[in-house]
Amino acid sequence: MSVVSSLVRLARAAPFAARFKHTLPPLPYAYNALEPVISREIMEIHHTKHHAAYVNNLNVAEDQLKDYVGRGDVNSMIAVQNAVKFNGGGHINHSIFWNNLTPHGEGQPKGDLLAAIQRDFGSFDTLKTQLASKTVAIQGSGWGWLGYNKERGKLDLAACSNQDPLQATTGLIPLLGIDVWEHAYYLQYKNVRGDYVKAIWNIVNWKDVSARYDAAIEG
Amino acid sequence: MLWIWLLCFVFVCNSERIYEGLVVYHDELKLPDLPYDYNALEPYIDEATVKVHHLGHHKTYGDNTNKALKEWREADPTSPLARSSIVRILQEITEVPETWQVAIRNNGGGFVNHVIYWATMCPNGGGSPSGELMMQINRAFGSYVAFQEHFTSAASKLFGSGYVWLCENEKGGLVITSTKNQDSPLSDGLYPLLVVDIWEHAYYLKHQNKRAGYIQSWWNTVCWDEVPKLQRFWHQSRNSL
Repeated sequence: MSVVSSLVRLARAAPFAARFKHTLPPLPYAYNALEPVISREIMEIHHTKHHAAYVNNLNVAEDQLKDYVGRGDVNSMIAVQNAVKFNGGGHINHSIFWNNLTPHGEGQPKGDLLAAIQRDFGSFDTLKTQLASKTVAIQGSGWGWLGYNKERGKLDLAACSNQDPLQATTGLIPLLGIDVWEHAYYLQYKNVRGDYVKAIWNIVNWKDVSARYDAAIEG
Repeated sequence: MLWIWLLCFVFVCNSERIYEGLVVYHDELKLPDLPYDYNALEPYIDEATVKVHHLGHHKTYGDNTNKALKEWREADPTSPLARSSIVRILQEITEVPETWQVAIRNNGGGFVNHVIYWATMCPNGGGSPSGELMMQINRAFGSYVAFQEHFTSAASKLFGSGYVWLCENEKGGLVITSTKNQDSPLSDGLYPLLVVDIWEHAYYLKHQNKRAGYIQSWWNTVCWDEVPKLQRFWHQSRNSL
């Protein structure tokens, strides 16, 4: 028996074995890279404070959930679900969002994704108008999404409240999300959410959205 | 002697609270002026926030409410509810036709919620309640400190956008409750006495993500002189609503 496999057995048996911890993913660009569309100040707070808090609180909620499961405390397991959904959703959503954006926006999608958009919305402009309208109209905090409906084999739009994750909530596979929590834009755009949603098209990473689409139709 | 009565009349008229119009029918809701200057809540709530919050957000809720009410009234000229006060409409929100229910819940709620928010803050606020209200708080929560802790905890934990309220119920009991988005406690049969706005727009310019700092600051603006007046107002208005 090798030393390595002995150590692995020991680690698995250890009562205080390290639990999986979620970590804050780094941004794929500098905090000021999305200016002038999204300010450095917003990006820094959004990433290092808001997203980081979702990650930390998700880890706490998961630890609590594991304890409750271990003790068979069903009531507490149910009670902690909101924290898991909220913080887990926040972590999922923001991890997608940072990659949905790029300093080098190409303006519009290409290839298969563009073809799917034209098929399901008529034109790219129509998609933009409908997604923008749906997103701006969200009451309170939430996200507007372009998603893929695997069952029907088509693109679809959705609005989710708070940090409800798109896939777990609607079944749609997330392709492009627009965060309209006020923290995503307020320092720069104040109450004019429409201006922020209009400007964000300049920094959409259509390569990333396409890659998600390709994975969604294949998976 | 007449001039003394005239002065009193003028004084009483000028003392109208910004919430008094909420229980009366209006063709159009008008954004009330704040009872203080935009910088009056400094250093606790910054002038820039109060300005955008009042002239941007609150005004938009009023405008959108008026739009929805106008459409509803034109579509149903005989509806008595459509011609009631905004408070009455919120109390009977489930009776509003589906076409306008969401718009009125969100915008009418937003309009009224912000009136209560402004009304229960003031410069030189803070401290604690006295008299009958203090006794009620002690009865309901054990002590003022316990009430403050419970209220603060609710405000800290609220997910997303919404409000935390101190309300009086139909039986005269005090409760702490929270509403999401622009939902109004009036729709739950409660009468709002005090509220903290937890939407990010209420604090982001000054506090950014630090909601706890905002809540702590907000306690310094609470107008404990005004809360009993609002409470009496609801008692008096109930019969005419």
